[in-house]
Amino acid sequence: MRLPPRLTQAFVVSLLGLATAATLVILVFVIVFILRKGLPAIDSEFLFTKPQDMGRAGGILPTLVASVILPLIAVAIAAPLGISTAVYLTEYTRESRVTRMIRFGADCLAGIPSILFGLFGFIFFVTILRMGWSLLSGGLTLALMILPTIIRTTEEAIRAVPNAYREVSTSLGATRFRTTAKVVLPNALPGIVTGIMLGVGRSIGETAAVIFTAGSSLRMPASIFDSSRTMSVHFYILAREGLSSEMAYGTAAVLILSVLAVNLVAYGLMNRFIRRRS
Amino acid sequence: MIRIGEKTVRRLLMAAAFSAIGGLLLIALFIFKEGLSFFIETGFRRFLFSDVWDPQSGRFGIFPMLVASLWVTLGAMTLGAPLGVSVAIFLVEFVPRSVMRVVKPTIELLAGIPSVVYGFIGVMVLAPFIRSSFGGPGLSLLAASFILGVMILPTIISISVDAITAVPASYREGSFALGATRWQTVRMVVLKAARSGIIASVILGMGRAVGETMAVIMVAGNAVKIPHSPLDSVRTLTANIALEMGYATGRHREALFATGIVLFVVIMILNTAAGVMVRKRVSGKRG
Amino acid sequence: MPVKFSIQRLSTYYGSVQALRSLSMDVAPNRILGIIGPAGSGKTSFLRTLNRLNDLLPDFRAEGRVLLDGVDINGPDTDPVLLRRRVGMVFAMPVPLPMSIYENLVYGPKLTGIRDYQRLGEIVEKSLRAAFLWDEVKDRLNLPALRLSGGQQQRLCLARTLALSPEVILLDEPSSGLDPISTARIEEALAELKSAYTIILVTNNTKQASRVADETAFFLMGELIEIGPTEKIFTAPKDRRTEDYVTGRFG
Repeated sequence: MRLPPRLTQAFVVSLLGLATAATLVILVFVIVFILRKGLPAIDSEFLFTKPQDMGRAGGILPTLVASVILPLIAVAIAAPLGISTAVYLTEYTRESRVTRMIRFGADCLAGIPSILFGLFGFIFFVTILRMGWSLLSGGLTLALMILPTIIRTTEEAIRAVPNAYREVSTSLGATRFRTTAKVVLPNALPGIVTGIMLGVGRSIGETAAVIFTAGSSLRMPASIFDSSRTMSVHFYILAREGLSSEMAYGTAAVLILSVLAVNLVAYGLMNRFIRRRS
Repeated sequence: MIRIGEKTVRRLLMAAAFSAIGGLLLIALFIFKEGLSFFIETGFRRFLFSDVWDPQSGRFGIFPMLVASLWVTLGAMTLGAPLGVSVAIFLVEFVPRSVMRVVKPTIELLAGIPSVVYGFIGVMVLAPFIRSSFGGPGLSLLAASFILGVMILPTIISISVDAITAVPASYREGSFALGATRWQTVRMVVLKAARSGIIASVILGMGRAVGETMAVIMVAGNAVKIPHSPLDSVRTLTANIALEMGYATGRHREALFATGIVLFVVIMILNTAAGVMVRKRVSGKRG
Repeated sequence: MPVKFSIQRLSTYYGSVQALRSLSMDVAPNRILGIIGPAGSGKTSFLRTLNRLNDLLPDFRAEGRVLLDGVDINGPDTDPVLLRRRVGMVFAMPVPLPMSIYENLVYGPKLTGIRDYQRLGEIVEKSLRAAFLWDEVKDRLNLPALRLSGGQQQRLCLARTLALSPEVILLDEPSSGLDPISTARIEEALAELKSAYTIILVTNNTKQASRVADETAFFLMGELIEIGPTEKIFTAPKDRRTEDYVTGRFG
């Protein structure tokens, strides 16, 4: 038996709508659940003192610091490399087998699971290069992880810069480098920053790649050669070892809030960028 | 003076451009270097298809983990793929653009929620629910599948939305002009045109599900055995690596890297498949 | 007659598409050469060959020779970057760079290494005056250039080119998007400028050519059909096709 098309449509649309509603409910639930249980635990003592008794009491200050420094190291390495890659792909070369290979490499890198980054970082940075468990090892590992994101977003941002700007700059006697530095990159900046912020967000939330490279020492790091525990690793350990659910919820709330804040800034910039273009 | 830089700049940029692929090769090199000899010595079949994993007695068979990863991924896809694609269709075809422009970034924003948080929710909410409703330990294949299914939603939705949006309006208009309803148009025209992009989104989602580690460790229970029911506790390939890496040495550690090789190969196959699909979509658009 | 640009059997290709077909002509200094012709006749391709802007396109190819003051601009002795400082260009649509008016004007001079603020200030004023824009913007040089009206933007682009102190100015349909008053301003400026520069003006408005050009060349399908004193081209063309075009029978 066939239903009339109108009726089928009404039926299907309600199903699709239901699916969308369910998705949004689940995702919003995750955030609300964590924040509702975690926010009460957050106060200045929680944020600005050291943990005590393995994290059962006290605060999360060292992990907060590690979660700031680690993404900074990652970005300091990945941003110049990623932006250079994007500039090379867009401004300095033509589509060829080499560019396709570079893009394929970046796409594959983007798909590598974080645990493999962890394995690699552990064997390469921690062991072979003798950096030990340290913020530096972790930062280098994360840099590789966020590199593809930065390449992709920068490339898109650069492609969106009107070609007329390049022609004008060239016609005024600018070299390719000057044109890139003075006209192309400044105009692509919001898009580039978006990519960087997404990378920062990912670095803050990452656990598997970090736990094997930066380690899990709860002490306050004195330098980037020290092992240190990020918020996400701290949260994982608290939750898995059942040390303190109050502390776990509190850490999770701070974690979610920082990632959301970073991503919100990224999307805000991207929106402004898109609107300015159109 | 101004011109001296140009060639140097080009060379520097080119060197930097090889960083991503260089990184990829380094990762492959070192994971293979650490694990390949073990892989070969143990034998392809004994490593992959033996179901005894007992590091203490030096027996390393990853069959239970292989099966677990397969089931967990399949479970995640069963939930995530239809749900994600449905949401994408709904957002592009049946909702005003202004609404989509709010909902899509919101969903993508949620892709940033760390996987440990999903895992924690699984432990605190999902596992107890499964335990009391269906029995078993709660921390199970079912719980892991569900959590992963949710985690891959943003990937599937975001890429599918792009694929469906890229279908030219003229296709739809042609179908409407023939008297088709919106849904008939979507089913017969739009989905067909966006097919390879949607498939790519599902494959990439699958890659994420296969590779996800922390959330799975937290909710899957991690028992090394071949599951007989969705309520059984399982340990995936990724979980196996992460759980034992901390203290493994010698042969044991090599076995974990060999597990990494298996994972790496699976992921590369999925990535390449998705890449082929995406390229198909691009060339299809041009043609 | 002195020659600024000498074009000898120039053919250009974009991939497999030929834009110019073995074109030869001389361009005299301190005059305005108007180039007319229907769309797709190769006028813009010609202009962009003279400052080697076509180099930016990956599949562009040129045959034949273009001599600037007797030196082949495609030869090994010519640096395209330096060439473009001598041969300035104003585009069809006004494209101010997304910076302030001042920054647009000093963009070129700064590239040549001029850093002195006083010197830059003089260049800015002189170029703006020459483009008849000084009085309108002198109090708001730090305003984003994109806030100017279309006509002002195009004069800014002209001033920006003048700030390079080029020898040749190429104009690619500079008033195609402008109102009659702005067009008149530009033409007025060009008439003043020709004593100091060599000006090549591509236009799809035959009346504009007849108003400002000393000499006029007619392009059709990538070929130079006829070149001569403007008056002659418009009143007594040798070629039937030129006559058809200037009298408005096609194009």
